[in-house]
Amino acid sequence: MWHTIITSLPAMISAMLQYTIPLAIISFIFGLILAVLTALIKFIQPSENKLIKYPWLVLRAIANFYVWLFRSTPLLVQLFIIFFGLPSAGVQLSPFIAAVIGFSLNTGAYASETIRSALLSVPQDQWDAAFTLNFTTKQTLMKIVLPQAVRIALPPLSNSFIGLVKDTSLASSITILEMFQVSQQITAKNFQPLLMYSLAAFLYAVVCSLLTLLQHYLERRTSKYVKGSEA
Amino acid sequence: MISLKNIVKTYGKKQVLKNLSVDFPDGKTTVILGPSGSGKSTLLRSLDLLVRPESGTLSFSDLQLDYSKPVSKKLSFDVRKKTSMVFQNWNLFPNLTVIKNITTAPETVLGKSKKETEERAHKLLAQVGLSEYADRYPSQLSGGQQQRISICRALAMDPEYILLDEPTSALDPELETQVLLILEELSKMGQAMIIVTHNMEFARSVADKIVFVEDGDILFDGSPDEFFNHPTTRIKDFLSGISFNEEK
Repeated sequence: MWHTIITSLPAMISAMLQYTIPLAIISFIFGLILAVLTALIKFIQPSENKLIKYPWLVLRAIANFYVWLFRSTPLLVQLFIIFFGLPSAGVQLSPFIAAVIGFSLNTGAYASETIRSALLSVPQDQWDAAFTLNFTTKQTLMKIVLPQAVRIALPPLSNSFIGLVKDTSLASSITILEMFQVSQQITAKNFQPLLMYSLAAFLYAVVCSLLTLLQHYLERRTSKYVKGSEA
Repeated sequence: MISLKNIVKTYGKKQVLKNLSVDFPDGKTTVILGPSGSGKSTLLRSLDLLVRPESGTLSFSDLQLDYSKPVSKKLSFDVRKKTSMVFQNWNLFPNLTVIKNITTAPETVLGKSKKETEERAHKLLAQVGLSEYADRYPSQLSGGQQQRISICRALAMDPEYILLDEPTSALDPELETQVLLILEELSKMGQAMIIVTHNMEFARSVADKIVFVEDGDILFDGSPDEFFNHPTTRIKDFLSGISFNEEK
């Protein structure tokens, strides 16, 4: 058993470093940018100025449609459409790019709701206090509301990130040689599915445990102003 | 002087300010009194545009605002520059240290240098007896301390008027006294203040002018002497209703 593990580990770890982790990190960064934009479009009330108001309402309709679309369809189906479907429409993407697009859009849709709820959880009183000091909406967001929202959004965003790391296993279905795909290939040769898939599960758990530690660290850092957090 | 004229504000079907007009003099302390739900806070918040009445005008010596018309960003900025609000629950920014709570607005909004705003903040903190708390976070302070800091935050913007919305209602009596002493001192220094409060003793000692609001209307607008020593029947009822005096 140990021999099998030791001979398979290098290939699996290399697949993890080459595909699983980069896919997760890159997709999460893009997803997060998309999520913040989407959340802000839905959260901010446009001014009464018609030149701003109507384009904003159009943007908001697009944001709503996007979140609806990606939360209402399975991630695997989304990946299939992007990688296998789009070529018939003339859009040919490499597997890696297709996976990044699929994971980013999917993560962005879910995370946007996390961020929106975090923004909503900062009390109106904070806005009032900022407005009486003559902060603009943008200044209030940047200096007062977002820093407080980040703290609130961290645990659920960590959920999304950890979920994304495991979801990258779906990339095997669009021909990416990520860690799970490699474990399948090795199994096809040594006929030890229990051992190989358990090993894959263990490696995912290692990565996710490290992320959990990172979450705890970030939570401590962003909570230093909260009562009792120094304890 | 701030002049409010013909202010009307409705929430749903309820008219909370009924065509109300009132003046707030420069450099003086005006105290707004009245029963709960009378429209005192709405009146105060209208001055800072946190509430937008449907109609009426707000004027300063050099500024005019018509609530029924759209307000430009510049006008809103200029009006808010003249006033700063101190809230019942102080509303400090929990993510910023005490000193940052005081310096962020003058730095960001008025473009003052970090050095200048910090010097000013230290002076203000010394004035309210909280110098050693500059680098703490608000959550590490008592309610009374937080309220004193929110007064510093308002003063750091150099407003002509400080608006205080029941500044001590959420404090126990001992902490309340610390805050009231500071306000009394500010009043003596000639800082114009408009204070909504339920503390009659305090109103009597600091007010240059009393405005009594009930049901969205002004029932009394005059000197504290007249208000407390020669009250009308309604005011007498109000004053005796909120005190524990045996003689009522």
